Amino acid sequence: MLSGEETVEGRVESHLSVISARKNLNAFLSVFNDEALMSARDVDRKIKNGSAGPLAGMVIAVKDVLCMTGKITTCGSKMLQNFESIYDATVIRKLKEADAVFIGKTNMDEFAMGSSGENSAYGATKHPIDETRVPGGSSSGSCVAVAAGMSTASLGTDTGGSIRQPAGLCGIVGLKPTYGRVSRYGLVAFASSFDQIGPFTNSVRDAAAILQVIAGKDENDSTSADIPVPDYASKMNRSVNGLKIGLPKEYFSDALNPEIRSVLQAKIDALKKAGAKIVEVSLPNSEYTVSTYYILATAEASSNLARYDGARYGYRSPHSTDLQSMYVRSRSEGFGDEVKRRIMLGTYVLSSGYYDAYYRKAQQVRRLIQNDFVNAFKEVDCLLTPISPTSAFKLGEKMDDPLQMYLNDIYTVSANLAGIPGISIPAGTDKNGLPVGVQLLGKQFDEATILKVGDFLETVN
Amino acid sequence: MSVYDTYEAVIGLEVHAQLSTKTKIFCGCSTTFGNAPNSNVCPVCLGMPGVLPVLNKQVVEYAIRLGLATHCAISPTSVFARKNYFYPDLPKGYQISQYEEPICRHGFVDIDLEDGSTKRIGVTRIHMEEDAGKSIHDMDTDTLVDVNRCGTPLLEIVSEPDMRSAKEASQYLHSVWQTVKYLGICDGNMEEGSLRCDANISVRLKGETKLGTKAELKNMNSFRNVERAIEYEIKRQIDLIEEGGTVVQQTLLWNAEKNIAAPMRSKEEAHDYRYFPDPDLVPVVVDNAWIASAQKLIPELPKERRKRFVESFKLPAYDAGVLTQERELAEYFESAAGQLSKKNEENHKTVSNWIMTDVLRVMNDKKIAVADCPITPEHLGAMVNLIADGTISGKIAKEVFDDMLTTKEHPKAIVERKGLLQISDAGAIEKEIDLILAKFPNEMTRYRGGEVKLTGFFVGETMKVMKGKGNPKLINEILKKKLDG
Repeated sequence: MLSGEETVEGRVESHLSVISARKNLNAFLSVFNDEALMSARDVDRKIKNGSAGPLAGMVIAVKDVLCMTGKITTCGSKMLQNFESIYDATVIRKLKEADAVFIGKTNMDEFAMGSSGENSAYGATKHPIDETRVPGGSSSGSCVAVAAGMSTASLGTDTGGSIRQPAGLCGIVGLKPTYGRVSRYGLVAFASSFDQIGPFTNSVRDAAAILQVIAGKDENDSTSADIPVPDYASKMNRSVNGLKIGLPKEYFSDALNPEIRSVLQAKIDALKKAGAKIVEVSLPNSEYTVSTYYILATAEASSNLARYDGARYGYRSPHSTDLQSMYVRSRSEGFGDEVKRRIMLGTYVLSSGYYDAYYRKAQQVRRLIQNDFVNAFKEVDCLLTPISPTSAFKLGEKMDDPLQMYLNDIYTVSANLAGIPGISIPAGTDKNGLPVGVQLLGKQFDEATILKVGDFLETVN
Repeated sequence: MSVYDTYEAVIGLEVHAQLSTKTKIFCGCSTTFGNAPNSNVCPVCLGMPGVLPVLNKQVVEYAIRLGLATHCAISPTSVFARKNYFYPDLPKGYQISQYEEPICRHGFVDIDLEDGSTKRIGVTRIHMEEDAGKSIHDMDTDTLVDVNRCGTPLLEIVSEPDMRSAKEASQYLHSVWQTVKYLGICDGNMEEGSLRCDANISVRLKGETKLGTKAELKNMNSFRNVERAIEYEIKRQIDLIEEGGTVVQQTLLWNAEKNIAAPMRSKEEAHDYRYFPDPDLVPVVVDNAWIASAQKLIPELPKERRKRFVESFKLPAYDAGVLTQERELAEYFESAAGQLSKKNEENHKTVSNWIMTDVLRVMNDKKIAVADCPITPEHLGAMVNLIADGTISGKIAKEVFDDMLTTKEHPKAIVERKGLLQISDAGAIEKEIDLILAKFPNEMTRYRGGEVKLTGFFVGETMKVMKGKGNPKLINEILKKKLDG
C-alpha cells in the first residue's frame, strides 16, 4: 500500500495538511492529529520488523456514527454533541488489529438521514470539485475525505445509498456489503434492517482489502452472517469474459438523464467488448422501492432514536421542568428537522390503526422486491445500474423539497431493501466536469463478483 | 340471596416470572438481586448508542420447559418485538418482548377447587421479554433510576379469562408459582418482585354470555393481596352497576396499606406501544430435538408427585399435599424416607409426621428454607429408624431432634453420647416395676378394685425412674402381667 520510500507517518502528515488546507469542505468533525501520527510511527516500526498487519499504510477516516472508545460520536447531531463512546465498534477493533491508522471522524447528515450532507448540526459538507455543490450523503464527510485526499480510505454507512450515492457524486469507489456481511455492533442505528458499514476508497482493490478485514460473523451482532469470507484479492483478475451482466429495464427508462445514460453506455460497451454478456432484466416492483424504504426505515428509526431522551446521556434541554417537558424539549431542541420528520413518519406508520396499511404492507412489498432480485440473479451474475438521477446538485437546491431529496435514492434503496451488495465505480463526467458513477449490484454475499467487475471497469477509459 | 350472588366475575391473569438465569437476557451482565445500584450494567443493557442485543439461550430453554409443563404448543419459530414507550428506567425507549409470535401458546393449568374437583384454566400464551429498571421516586424531589434490573429475563404467562372468583385466581397463581419453582426457573419470591401478577377483571350477570367491560389491576405483591384486591374490584364493579353506573376500562393500582384500588392517572396508561418485530434479533428457532431435551429436564411436577406420595408411600392425601407444596420439601421427605431400613418401610407416615410438625415448625420459627434446615433428611430418616427399631422411644426422639438442631450430629451419635439407648431388657424392667408396685400399695389395691386407668400412672412412674429410656411396649406388657396376674 505504500510506494517507495513512503512511510505511514509521512502519509498521515500529508493527509493532515490537506485536512487543514481544505477546512472549508467541512469534512471532519474531529481530527486525531497527534494520535494518528503516533499510531503511524507504531505501524512504521512494525513494517520495518515485518510484523505489520494487512492494512498497514491505510489511513482511515471514520463516519461519526461509529463508536470509538473515548472519542466523541456526534452522529452529526446536536443531540450527541459531547457524547463520548465507551466502547469500540467491531469494525474499529478489526481495523486496529489490521494496523490501519485512524485520522479522524467525519461529518454526516444527522443520524445518517439525508442524501446531500446538508442535514448536519455542524454545517453542510461541500463537494471537493465545486464547493457550491453537495457531495451527496449521508456519509458526506467520509466520501469527501477520500475524494479530496484527506485520508487513504474511510468508513461510511449505507442505509439507502449513503455510501454509493456520494461516492458516485464525488467520483470514488464506495462499497455497501451484503446485509449481515459486516457487524453492525457499534454502528449507531438509523434503520437496523438496512444499515451496513462499508469503505470509501480510491480503488476497488483497496475496498476489497478493507472488506476482507471487516467482514465476518460477530458474536455481538445476531444479524451478522456466519458465511465464509472468500479471498477477494485472488478473484480480481481483470477478466469479465463470459460473465452475464443484467441491465434492469426499469432503471434505464426514458426518464434517465441522457448524460448519465451515455456515460453508462460507454462502460456497457467496454464490458461487451471484453466478452461479458449484457442482458436486459426486469425488477417489476421497482416503482415501490422508495415508498417502501421510507416507510420501513422511518419506522425502525422512530424506535432506534427513542433512547435520545435527555435522561441518561446526550442533550438535555435546560428548559425542562418535569419528565414530560424534558422529553419534549430535549428532543425538539436536540434533533434537526429531517430527523424529526422521519421520527414522526415512522411513529405514524407504526401506530395502531395504521400498522397494517403501512408497516405490514411495506414488509410484504419488501419481500416482493427481494424476490425480484432473486429472480433476476437466476439469469445474471450481477446488475449494472445508474447510482443517482443527476450529478452533484447545488447546495440548498432540494432542502425545501423532501420528496425530491428522497427520490435521489431511487437507484440505491433497492439494494438495502433486498440486503444485497452494491458498489459505486467512477464512470466518467458530465458536461460540467462533475463525476458520474456506475452501480454494480450482486447476489447476497457475492461481493466477489461486483468487486471483480468493478476492478475491470477501473481499467476502462 | 344477596345481589352479589346474581353476578359472576370473569378474571384473567398476566403473571411475570423473573428467571433465575445467571446472566441477563441480551447481555452477559449478572442478574444478582441487591447489588449496589447501577453496578450490574454494560453498554448493552445501558442502551448506549450502537449496541445490539444477543439472546441468552438459557432463557429460551426455560421458556420451553414452562411451556411443556403447562401443556403449551412450542412455536418452531417465534419473534422478538419492540414495545415502544418512554420512561427513565427504560434506557432504549423500548422493551424487547414478544408480541404476534410468542414462543408458547394454547396451554392449560389444572387447579383444585375447594369441593375437591379440578378446573382447567387456559394459558393463552407465554412469551419472553426483558425487564425494565427501577425508578425510586421517594428521594426528595428527584427520581433516581437503578438499571441493574434492566435486561433481567422475564416470562409473561397470560391466562384465558377462565377464573370466576378471587379464590380461583389465587389458586391458579399458586399453581403457576409452584410450577416455576418446581422447574427451578424462578425463585417465586413475590415480595422481591420475582413473581408479579396483574389481573383483568370484569363482572356480568350469571347466565350472560357477553363479557363486561374489564379493568386491569396491578401492583399486587403477595398471594393475599391478589385475593383481596380481586375481591375488592369485583365488589366495586357490582356496586357500581347496581347503582346504575357503568364500568370504564382503566388500570387500577392496588394499595395494600389502605386496602383499596386507585386508578392510575389516565396519562400514564394512554399508550400506543407501536409493537413491531425487532430488526436486531433473528427469529428464535426451536426444533424437536431441543423440545425433547428440554422435556427430559422437567422434574416430576406437584400434581404427579402428590399422587405418587399417596400411592407408593401410603400417605394420607393431606400429608401428600403439604409435603409436595415445595419441591425442596418433597425431596426432603423422599431423602428421609429413603433412609428407612427394609423392615421399617411402613414407617413413611412417621417420617411425614416429623416433617409436618417438627421440621416445618423449625423452618417457620427460624424463617429458613428447607435447604437450610440444620437437620438433614438423612439424619431425620436415621432417627425414625431408631424409633422403629425400638432403640429409642418417641419421647426420647424429641430430645434427640432438639439436640440435632444445635449439634447437627447423627442421631446415633447423640443417643450414644447422652446414653439415651432404650432399655429393652425384660429382667431390668421387671426389677424396676417390682420396686414401683411395692412403693404404691394403695394404688395397686385401687387398680385391682377396678380403677384400670391407673395403668397410666404406673407406666409414668416406671418411665420416670428409668429416665424415659424404658421400652414402653415392654413396660406395658410386664405391668399388665403383674397387675392382672
